[in-house]
Amino acid sequence: MLARPDTDSLTIYLDGEPLGARAGDSVAAAFLAHGIHTMRRTPVSGAPRGPYCMMGACFECLAVVDGEPGVRTCLAPVRDGMRIERQDGAHSLPHPP
Amino acid sequence: MTPDLLIVGAGPAGISAAIEARAHALSVLLLDENAAPGGRIWQALEARGAQDQDDAGGLQTLHAFRACGANARWCAGVWAIEPDDGTVFWSQAATAHAARAAFVLLCTGATERPMPLPGWTLPGVMTVGAAQIALKTSGLLPTGATWIAGQGPLPMLYAAQTLRAGGRLAGILDLSDGIAPLRALRHLPAALRNSSDIAKGLAWRRAIARAGVPWLSATALRAQGDGVLQRITFRAGNRDRSENADLLLLHDGIIPSVQITRALGCAHLWDGGQHCWKPKVDAWGVTSLPNILVAGDGAGIGGARAAALSGRIAALYAAQALGRIDVATRDAAAAPLRAAQARQRALRPLLEALYAPRPRLLDDAATVCRCEEVTAAQIRDAASLGCLGLNQLKAFTRCGMGPCQGRMCGSSAAEVLAAARGVPVAAIEPYRTRFPTKPLTVGELAAMATE
Repeated sequence: MLARPDTDSLTIYLDGEPLGARAGDSVAAAFLAHGIHTMRRTPVSGAPRGPYCMMGACFECLAVVDGEPGVRTCLAPVRDGMRIERQDGAHSLPHPP
Repeated sequence: MTPDLLIVGAGPAGISAAIEARAHALSVLLLDENAAPGGRIWQALEARGAQDQDDAGGLQTLHAFRACGANARWCAGVWAIEPDDGTVFWSQAATAHAARAAFVLLCTGATERPMPLPGWTLPGVMTVGAAQIALKTSGLLPTGATWIAGQGPLPMLYAAQTLRAGGRLAGILDLSDGIAPLRALRHLPAALRNSSDIAKGLAWRRAIARAGVPWLSATALRAQGDGVLQRITFRAGNRDRSENADLLLLHDGIIPSVQITRALGCAHLWDGGQHCWKPKVDAWGVTSLPNILVAGDGAGIGGARAAALSGRIAALYAAQALGRIDVATRDAAAAPLRAAQARQRALRPLLEALYAPRPRLLDDAATVCRCEEVTAAQIRDAASLGCLGLNQLKAFTRCGMGPCQGRMCGSSAAEVLAAARGVPVAAIEPYRTRFPTKPLTVGELAAMATE
């Protein structure tokens, strides 16, 4: 597990649950700081996956960030109030109104 | 906007190139996927401050870059380059952008060599580099049931850094070849030209030993758990062991990122020492395409200081080609950089011999392609049906056809296929990479803005 002293100053939401984060964190790092490794389930077999490379190469840490699916959370800087949803299988496309 | 030099990547090579190019009055546009400059080695260095001599040098370069007048775009992911006219396409804030440059310098660095083993797709298994990024950007430290496994300088560096900062490790599994030090010995005299880096490596080993972290020579490593990593099994000291683990960090050296140069159609060479493909470049970094240059680890692994030097050399080439300096000035400026580069590279043959990737006797059940979940057994089956190379393997298995576009499986799929066919890895046709090399939404494309 990875951890740090509690110095969170921002709040982000994972599937509606509030989580502390720090300016400078990527979304993936903020989750790791809370011991959250599982970010999504694969479209192929439904296997659980989490951050692997943390540098945008492996595409394992994909999630829905503020409504946008397939975002590499390791490259997405946290913003206060950001809403993240886990991706279960293939992501669905947002429909225009 | 038509910059003289468009640089992709803000690591040591990219920012050093920008500084040098600006010193010769070239207009520079630099694009990087991250939110700040530094690449991997100097990641978040401006925010966290220098811890040692190396950091201090990095910070100085970062300050010089910020003041050099280069136009830099952050969170800007390049997805295509048109080699005929030097147009580079990228996405930034949900909008696609394009700019045409006289020269394009790729400083896209390296990725960790994929290290497939049974269970490596479980959440809780990451690379050592990933944990180091989490340390640098977010101050995350391992809390105890953390194992490091693999080989190379980075696991030692990360262990030393993390122990110094108060992190705790369960142990380090050394997966290197036990007789490698003997084979490497003949490279030691030449490597002593860079004795400061050797001293650094020995200091890391001492720090790990002082902290009492077990260092075990191991084989047959597996990760296990129900939906998340819970334990690892391995063989060490002639017995099979099982240990609790909530974090397993893997590392087996780094290899150049060749997605863009492959997609461009640049010529590539097999590097037998580093066991990887790299773009063919001349002494200035020019690829087989006259307006496309590569500097840094993306042209062959040489480390951060060699990368910075090669970035400056590439910028000198562009400055001369665009008529800002003459050939004599260029060559005089490059000479000391080349000498320093040779000193930096003196260590590589020793490192390459010490940490040569082990032949992978991959378990049939091990997933090779993480995206499409293709196992070693499926690749061996494809080979037995006559599959010759990686592009055929796509058609046989979908290996390499997921979102990572073969970044995580290219080298290991080639190894499995080569072993099954009984040919050298270099004889296996690599993936034919195509643009867009990063995912692009239709919305981004529709909002395209030409700079």
